[in-house]
Amino acid sequence: MSFDWSPVFLSLKLAAVTTVVLLIVGTPIAWKLARMRHWIKQPLVSLVALPLVLPPTVLGFYLLLVLAPNGPVGQVVKSLGLGTIPFTFTGLVIASVFYSLPFAVQPLQNAFEGLGDRPLEVASTLRASPLDRFFTVVVPLARPGFLTAAVLAFAHTIGEFGVVLMIGGNIPGRTKVLSVAIYDHVETLEYGQAHLLSAGMLVFAFTVLLTLYAVNGRATFTEKP
Amino acid sequence: MTGTIDARFRTGFQGGFSLDIDVSLPATGVTALFGHSGSGKTTTLRCIAGLAKADGVLKVDSEIWQDDKQFRPVHRRPLAYVFQEASLFPHLSVRQNLDYGARRIPEGDRRLDFAQAVDWLGLSTLLDRRPSNLSGGERQRVAIARALLTSPQLLLMDEPLSALDHKAKREILPYLEYLRDTLSIPILYVTHSPDEVARLADHLVVLEGGRVMANGPLTETLARLDLPARRDEDAGVALEARVVERDARWQLMRVAFPGGSLWIRDHGQAIGKTVRMRVLARDVSLALERQEETSILNILPATVTGCAPTDHPAVVLTQIRLGEPLPGSNTGIPANQNDLPGPDIDSELDGTTPLISRLTARSSDALALSPGKPVWAHIKSAAVLD
Repeated sequence: MSFDWSPVFLSLKLAAVTTVVLLIVGTPIAWKLARMRHWIKQPLVSLVALPLVLPPTVLGFYLLLVLAPNGPVGQVVKSLGLGTIPFTFTGLVIASVFYSLPFAVQPLQNAFEGLGDRPLEVASTLRASPLDRFFTVVVPLARPGFLTAAVLAFAHTIGEFGVVLMIGGNIPGRTKVLSVAIYDHVETLEYGQAHLLSAGMLVFAFTVLLTLYAVNGRATFTEKP
Repeated sequence: MTGTIDARFRTGFQGGFSLDIDVSLPATGVTALFGHSGSGKTTTLRCIAGLAKADGVLKVDSEIWQDDKQFRPVHRRPLAYVFQEASLFPHLSVRQNLDYGARRIPEGDRRLDFAQAVDWLGLSTLLDRRPSNLSGGERQRVAIARALLTSPQLLLMDEPLSALDHKAKREILPYLEYLRDTLSIPILYVTHSPDEVARLADHLVVLEGGRVMANGPLTETLARLDLPARRDEDAGVALEARVVERDARWQLMRVAFPGGSLWIRDHGQAIGKTVRMRVLARDVSLALERQEETSILNILPATVTGCAPTDHPAVVLTQIRLGEPLPGSNTGIPANQNDLPGPDIDSELDGTTPLISRLTARSSDALALSPGKPVWAHIKSAAVLD
């Protein structure tokens, strides 16, 4: 039996798309949270962190209800003629974005908070507008945060299982990602295949983390006192 | 820029501190905002910059930057700000830091070119370095050049020397003095150091507890007796004077200021140059009669203009004024022995100069010093600030 690589490619594609979406969506959320002084900040931070502690099945269950053809979001999508979301790649991306949100938002928020107000004040006295300040000062100074956010979001999405199973099912070539494939192989006692994928995941995860820590260790800017 | 900077701010901040000021500052020269920590000097500066928000009105050279209808954001105010810590962008080289502000102003508004700023602040060998590889003094020089390169109409400096060690301070002060004498833009300079005030300021605002205690020209304000800082051990008056004569044999030079002149140690400045001096209250003593036989070189006629107690009951401060018309004395004639100045040189120095004198209460009583009384001021020493 020839080895089926499609779950690997699907996982990589899902993780890549999710990471891009998360950086676009997560950055403004993290920025708002980092600059917020209002009491509502703590409830919002907790809300973003929920996927860290909830069983993935809980998240998957509610997403399924909301996105289902007769759910609130599903109905809107259907009336727009966009088909249904569950059990499609789009559904997987939406679920992954929610599931990996804290992994992108938290490193970014920490990086933004660590900057303090001073670099932004300096930039504003040097005539930089708010958007200009963000791209010329915040982004370069928070680069380690962006890197951490991207890598963690990517790696975490590769590793997800419960949410994927709930929202995407197990459709070969469409929603059958790597972790689900490993589960399948084990269920059908194809230990060789399971080993290959699992060991690959292990090496991948370790390499990613090692690279991340090594790069961030070097990239930190320090100003001597 | 001519005209004035009118600032009226009123606000309560967290922690019980409140600011309530209404000042009109000259839009020229260096204005020092002086006070102890918690006096509101930095808050005032931040409100002027727009970095902090307080209710009020701010007009700079009759242009409204803030009133109850509008608040111009910081990046649209033509100002530059030098922070206490240099706050260079760590991800940019020195050159890129300098360019950051310069690139953001319209070409037509550039009044200072890159090479000029680099030259003024001695940065030519540092351009390709990273901020993390600079000393504290070098970093602050880069920050000052970076601020100037935005060709500001107003330069705000928030204790630019206080985060530096003694050596770095001495390294930067001459640059600041040079800029004061070279730039035509007004500088608002926040400091808690009397020494920096004496060396740099033309105009002085004294703040305490978020209120303005005094606001006026440097020498006049330093000579006021009603300010708490006047009671310090090294209270004194700073003044600008012009070198008018030198005595090569004894290595002395004579410096003239409105209402008088002094012989001091020759510091090598050319005739006609301006020097800054400080005359401490403890170096000024008073006599009712002119002493002929004395080691004191500088004896000037003056009039008592005020007396005030100090924290110690034995010590009083007396304010005197040089150049006041003295009833029955040789008005307007320099008091120094054997010196008649060239009339052309001193003609611009009409006016009066106040000094303060620190005396024991007993002496003050024995001489019956009271406002209006003519006296002879014996000035033991006057330090040139350089």
